[in-house]
Parts: sequence; C-alpha cells; structure tokens
Amino acid sequence: MAKTAKIKIENLTKRWGNVEAIKNMNLTIEEGDFITLLGPSGCGKTTTLRSIAGLEEPSGGRIYLDGKLVFSKEEEISIPPSRRNLGLVFQSYALWPHMTVFENIAFGLKIKKLPKNEIERMVLKTLSDMKLEGYENRYPQELSGGQQQRIAIARMIINRPDIYLMDEPLSNLDAKLRVDMRAELKELHQKSGATTVYVTHDQVEAMTMSTKICIMRDGRMHQVGSPEEVYRKPVDLFVADFISNPKMNFFEGRLISKGGNPVIEAAGFELKVDPRTVGNIETFTVAVRPEDFFITEKGVEYTVTNQLPAGSSTIVIVERGNDKISLLFEGHFKTATGSKIRLSVKEGLFNLFDKGTGKRIY
Amino acid sequence: MSEAVTKTSRTKIFLRRIARKLSLPQKIMGLVLLILLIFFVFLPAVNLIYTAFSFSYSDRVLPQVIERGITPTPGRFTLIHLERVLFSPLTKNMFLIPLLNTILITAGLTIIALSFGSVLAWLIVRTDLPGKRIFANLATIPYIIPAWPIALAWLNIFKNTKVGGTPGLFEYLFRVTPPDWLSYGPIPIIICLSLHYYSYAFITVSGALATIDSRLEETAELLGASKWQVMRKVTLPLVLPSILSAFILTFSRGIGSFGTPAFLGMPVHFFTLSTQLYSNIKNNLSGDAYVIALVMILMSGISIYMNVKVIGARKSFVTISGKGFKAKPVALGRWKYIILIILIIFIILGVFTPLYVLTWQSLMEQDGNYSLRNFTLHFWIGRSDELNRKGILIGEGQAGILRNPMMLNGVWNSIKLALYAAFFTSFLGIIIGYAIVRDRGSLLSKLNDALSFAPYIFPGIAFGAVYLTMFAKPIGPIPALYGTFAILVLVSVAKHVPYSSRTGTAAMMQVNKELEEAGELQGAGFLKRFVKIIFPLTRNGFVAGFMLSFITVMRELSLVVLLVTPKTKVLTTMIYYYAEIGFHQFGDAITMLIVIISLSGTVIIRRFQKTDLAKGIGG
Repeated sequence: MAKTAKIKIENLTKRWGNVEAIKNMNLTIEEGDFITLLGPSGCGKTTTLRSIAGLEEPSGGRIYLDGKLVFSKEEEISIPPSRRNLGLVFQSYALWPHMTVFENIAFGLKIKKLPKNEIERMVLKTLSDMKLEGYENRYPQELSGGQQQRIAIARMIINRPDIYLMDEPLSNLDAKLRVDMRAELKELHQKSGATTVYVTHDQVEAMTMSTKICIMRDGRMHQVGSPEEVYRKPVDLFVADFISNPKMNFFEGRLISKGGNPVIEAAGFELKVDPRTVGNIETFTVAVRPEDFFITEKGVEYTVTNQLPAGSSTIVIVERGNDKISLLFEGHFKTATGSKIRLSVKEGLFNLFDKGTGKRIY
Repeated sequence: MSEAVTKTSRTKIFLRRIARKLSLPQKIMGLVLLILLIFFVFLPAVNLIYTAFSFSYSDRVLPQVIERGITPTPGRFTLIHLERVLFSPLTKNMFLIPLLNTILITAGLTIIALSFGSVLAWLIVRTDLPGKRIFANLATIPYIIPAWPIALAWLNIFKNTKVGGTPGLFEYLFRVTPPDWLSYGPIPIIICLSLHYYSYAFITVSGALATIDSRLEETAELLGASKWQVMRKVTLPLVLPSILSAFILTFSRGIGSFGTPAFLGMPVHFFTLSTQLYSNIKNNLSGDAYVIALVMILMSGISIYMNVKVIGARKSFVTISGKGFKAKPVALGRWKYIILIILIIFIILGVFTPLYVLTWQSLMEQDGNYSLRNFTLHFWIGRSDELNRKGILIGEGQAGILRNPMMLNGVWNSIKLALYAAFFTSFLGIIIGYAIVRDRGSLLSKLNDALSFAPYIFPGIAFGAVYLTMFAKPIGPIPALYGTFAILVLVSVAKHVPYSSRTGTAAMMQVNKELEEAGELQGAGFLKRFVKIIFPLTRNGFVAGFMLSFITVMRELSLVVLLVTPKTKVLTTMIYYYAEIGFHQFGDAITMLIVIISLSGTVIIRRFQKTDLAKGIGG
C-alpha cells in the first residue's frame, strides 16, 4: 500500500509587503518521512515550517495534515497550532527561563490537566530517555547547549505529537556536539516513526539525516528528492552548487567529435557522452565533484598549488593555465606542492547543465 | 478550490475572517488600546484646537467682543483668540515677551546644561579623576528629584525684601539686599533649571561615552593619530548623536517647564509661555491660553521632529558596545586636583545646598531668622496648639505636616494618586508593549505607536489645561470629572503613556516571540500564556516602570496644578500654594518629604533593575 500523505501543501504563498517569501509552493510529505527544507538564509524554509505549525499566516494556499484541511486562505480556515497535533523545536529552543527543567517539560501535560503523579512519571521517563536524569530541578540556563537542546526535544515528544517540526535545532551547538546530535535525532526519528520536517541551511545535516530533501531558494522549491538523488542528479546549477562540500568544480564544456564518437571537452578532459542525451547542444557547463577525479598515467597534467589536509581527507588544489580544480582524496596526499600530477574523471560521474537555463541535461 | 468557495458563502467567509482576526490577542489589545488612546489623547488634542478656535461663556467680557457687538455663542468658530494672542495690542505682553523669555531661558539653559553635563561626563568616564564612582552617583541626584525645589532653595537664599516678605539667607548673613536680577527673573531661572537639567545631558553623554568600543579609538591611534585628533575625528562624532539628543530633550523640556519660572519669575511679572498660559486660565481666558498651548506644542513638536530627522538614522551606531574594552583613562596631570576641587564645590553648592537650605528653612520657627535659637521641629511634627516662648501659636496654629490632618490628606492624596497612576501606567505599558511589538507592521500597531507618543509633545501645563475643559462636562460614557480624584489619575496616566509605552515595548522586545509560541503549541490559551510566561518574564520591567511612574507622578506639579480642588489637592500643589502665600516652612517641609520619597523610590527601582544610572559611567 502506498504511504499516505501526512502533510500536503498546496499553492502556498507568503508575502511580506512586496516581498514574496514563499512563491506558490506545492509539497507532499508522506507518513514517516524525515524531510529537510534546505536552502540559504531567506529562502522561505522557516516560513514554510511556521506555516505548517500555524504560527505564521500564509497569504494564500492550503495546508492539509492527515488529509484534514487545517489552513485555507480562500475559506478563511486556520486551525490554531495547539489543535494541529504537532511539536516544534525552535532554533532558540524557547525554553522558559523562569521554569525548571521539570516545569518546562511538564507544561503541556499540566495544560491537559493530567493527574499529578502521571505527569511526574511521564516527565521522569522522558528525562531518562533523553539522558537528562537528575537535572529536573535545574533551570535551563544552568545547563549546556546540548542539554538545553535535549530539554527542548523532551518537551516536544512528551506530548506525543504526530509531526515533529525542527527549526535549525543544531545551529547553536559547537561542531562536535552537532555531529553527535545528528545521530541522536536520526535515532529518535527511527524509533518514533513520527513524520519530521527539519529546517537547516547545512547540507551535511540534510544529507546525513533525511529521507527526503527539499531544496529552496528565494521562496521557490528547486528540487525534492532523496539525498542520493539531489547529490547525483541535481536539477540545476543552484542545487549542484549548494549540495557540494567541498565546492563542486564547474567548467565550460564543448561538444566535439573524437574518432567519430561525441565527447565533451572541458578543462583538458574528454568526457564520453551518449549523443542522445546532449542532442544538438554544443556548449555546456560541466560539473565534477572533487572526489570524482583519479590519478592516472593517461590523464591531463595539472600542477599542485595548495593542499588543505583535514586528517581523514585532503583537499588538493591543482591548476592548469586558467583552469583550477579542487580535488578530494582520502587520507594524506603524499605529493609535494608544486609537483605535477595527471588526472582523469571517473567514468560517467559528472553533470552537464544548459548554459542558458542552468537546467541539468545529464 | 473554486468549488469550496461556492460551497461556503462569501459572507460566511468574511465573518470567519473577522472572527479569526478578533481572536488574536494582539488585535484585541490593540483595539482596546486604540479606543483608550482616542479618548484620552486624540480627543483632548482635538478639543484643544477646538477651544482655541471657538467662543466660550467667559468671552462675552472680552473688549473685542463688546466693541464689535459680536454674540459669542459658546462653541461657535472664531479667530478672536488667535487675533488677541498674535495680532492685537495685547500681543506684546501676552505673547511676544513670554515667547522671547521662553526662548531666552531655554537657550541659556540648554547651552549651560549641555556643555556642563557633557564635560562632566567626559571627566568622569574618560579621565583618571579620583572618586569617579561617587561623583557619578552624586551627579545623578538632580535627575531623581524634581526641578522646582532648587528654585525654592534659591528663593530662600537670594530673595530680597523689595518684593516683600522676609529676607533670605544672603541678606541675613551679609546685611546686603541682593539686587533684583539676582533674586528673580531670567538669571536665577536659567541657573536653577541648569542645575537640574545638566543631569540629563550627563546621563545621556556618559552612557554613550561608556559604550564606545575603545578599539575604534585605539585603531586610530595605531594609525598615527594624536590624542586630540582621535578625540575630534573618532570620539566626538561617535557621541555627537547623543549630545544632539540631549540638546533636543533639554530644549523641549525647557519650553514646558513651569515650577521654576513660576516661583522665580511671577513675583516680578517675568512670564514665560507656560506661566502665561497658567495665568490666562486663572483669569478665565482659556481660548487665549489654548492658542499659547498650541504654540508650545508646535515648538516642542518641531524640536522632536528635528530629533528624529537629524539623529534618528544616525543614532544606531552609538549603541555599538565594546564590552570590557575600556580605554586607558586620560591623565589630567596637574589639572587633576584643581578639577577635583571645582567638582567638590559644585556638588556641595549645586546638589547639596538646595536640599540643605530647604531642610534648614523647614526647621525655622520664624521665617528669615537663621539663628540657632529659632530652631523648631514644629513644621514637621508639632501640634496645632504649640506655643513659642512668647506665647504665640507657632505656624499660625497649623500642626506639623506629619500630624496635620489637612496636610496628611494631601500626603495621602499624593500617595494614592501616585499608586493608582503607577499601577495603570505600568499595566498599560505591558498592554501597549504587547499590542505594538506582537503586531508589528500592521496599521493598528503603527497607529497605536504614534498616538501613544503624542502626549510627549504636550507641555504638562497644556495637557492639564486640555483635560480641564475637556472633562468639565460629560462626554460619551464618561461623566463630568472636574474636581474628582479620577481626573488626576487619568491625566497622569495619559501624560505618562509615552514613557510606559517605551518601557513596555522594550520589556516585550526582550521576550523572544518563540517563548510564547512554544506555550501556544503546548495548548496554552492566551490568558495562561500571559500569566505563566509573559508576565513572569516582564515582571522586572513592570516593577521598575511602576516605581518610575510612582516617583514621577509624586513630584508632578505643572500637570495637575490646574486640576486640583481643595478636596483633591496633592503635595506638590500644596507647596505651590504655600510658596504663593509665602508660608515657606510648610512648603519646604513638604518638598523635603517628596525628595525623600523620590530618593528612596529610586533606590528600590535600582534594586529591582539591578542596574543603576551611574553603572558603567564610573570606573
């Protein structure tokens, strides 16, 4: 049986004065998905999330949760956030500084007027699930960033919402803690199975945690797909450039004929292509990821101009005339700066984009 | 989609929309606020203009009316008041001279207060002057107490017997009658007002100086600029906006000041616009008074507009704060002790002497006799039947202020007024803050923001005057309020709306919107969110706002002087009364009481705010 649509967004639009924060967005999120709204700041991702939560009023469109209409501009329907059965972890965590950890987490249960001993049992259970035992009487500001983050999550999950919404929850943590929390959040999603909408501008977060990524820019959706899809088959130059770390290499490419076979000539490399995919276009933007080069005797000669070792991998910058390429190698790179290496592109691991529209051709 | 629209009728959708808008707490609060502001700010302003351009009952005795045979139907439009004030033989005495006097005093006051305050700020923030922290605290005392006690003290010292009454301390000590120009008129008024208003410039400028990132100056020094060049090219431009801001603040306050020119000017018929307005009202010339009020509002409106225009955009860079980067203090060298001595003399003469003189005079059995034998505590705690050595009733048979039922009634009225006004003001502050901050960008929010600022440009005396006519008769659901205690509360709350709006908005800005949204997502309704989240987080601001309004209302004179009746008189108007009839000991004792209340109130505020004005100013 096909998965059901948990969240459905139709023609969503949001204007602030003359600025369009979201432009006619359509998105279907299936039950159990972990979808990441990814894009640079100001792309409308947080506004989308807040619209789903009901904290922002869109200027147009409709939103369905579980098949039920919760927002419609035309019909002036807007179900208040508290009746949408969802939870939200804010970027600032929004922990109440005047309440203890216990009071923060118990807040929603007290509103529901659950019996006192029941509340206590549930809060202590959640605290232990989130590895926060013993902190119940502390105030949030007495705890570390990572612990505050967990309290915010605990406060969300204790109400057992159907949908988890997370607004850049890891952006205030230091780099190491962020990596740990990524794993924890992924585990949380896998255990609970709750549909999760996650907002971030960090493509690594998006790639590592999501089942689906929605890439946005200037209020417009560029691509929705699995991490693999958006990585290997970016729909356009923006997505290709955004989902790349280290930066993807872009070259001018020309279609030439080599021994009767069509090849694309770019930065000295000759890339084999299927004539059917390129049609009658002659020039392209060619994109190759830094890890998709290899060293070979038959390759094109480049000079190593800089090396940025990071332990487990090394970014190597090579140049040849006006062409400059970033390469990514595992472990240490043993060739000295200034020496020459011969490079080739792994077969088929490149993308071609239309120079005019920026759309992907291959 | 269009199916859905046809299914639910358009009216139904429209009603839903209204209902949904009205269910937003910020909209409800905004609407309630707008109605209040229309009633207590907008309508009074309209009424002021209306009264200035229409006849009233008392106008039938005006010579212009009688000569021209006009029937002055009350309420009918007329330009006669405008003509009388601006284009008639009366103009010179009723308008031109008071206007020039006002400009003279305000200009003198602004120049002195500003230059002295700024230099003092620089000395205390940026130099190696010893005891900076103590000076910083002492120099802010005049900010805490009202302006007019200094004028009363001046009278006690320099008044001469020419005008009548008992001699002052100066005449008593030196057996020389001080000349009139030293006793009354522009010079003492400028000096007394400057002794109060320098503290505004001091606080603003030292705040700016203390928050300048010293790295900005150090960078200039590293690039080879001399100390003097750094001062001129970096420091001064950085504090210039706050100096300008203090300039305009002092200027607009100066225009409206009432107590000091009343005490020191009126005995020699030296009038400013505010005292002229007061005497016009007292002489039943309210139409003329309101034309003057309009001129005053125009003047302070222009100065505030200039403030916004000139400084508004540039002000932001002052707030770039350099935490913990304190510049090395400028060494004053051999000037250090000379400046120190000058400052000590200033603090003694300018800050303490007025308080000391007022206290002393309140302890004199017979006014003008400064000998020790003349000391008595009668005016504080004496019984009404106390006799002096000569067997005469002390204080004309009136008991001391702490024992006199009439005086205690005034004390009680003052405290009650201050408590009520402070409560409503600070409560209103939270509502204004919520309605403006949470609805930012909407027309309603902008309207509320603008209207709640409007009372700021009304000089206190003019604002009181408007309320006097406006609420003399019932309007709408509000009964006639003249002579009631309620009108004092109303006028005090309305006049302080600009301040409460500022503190309320600031407090609300500090509460991240997400904190409230988190509560909303957890299912908390508005009331619950307010009680459990918003109020606890803004409580300190609420308490500080409460105490601040309490003190300000407690010492307010010009606002209420036209509105009190014998039953509702408050401490400040009693002082005014005793000063007018020349019964100084009582007035001085009450003044000292207000000073004590103001000072202790400030101590409480600082406890709550955990900050003080002098913090960050001294070392």
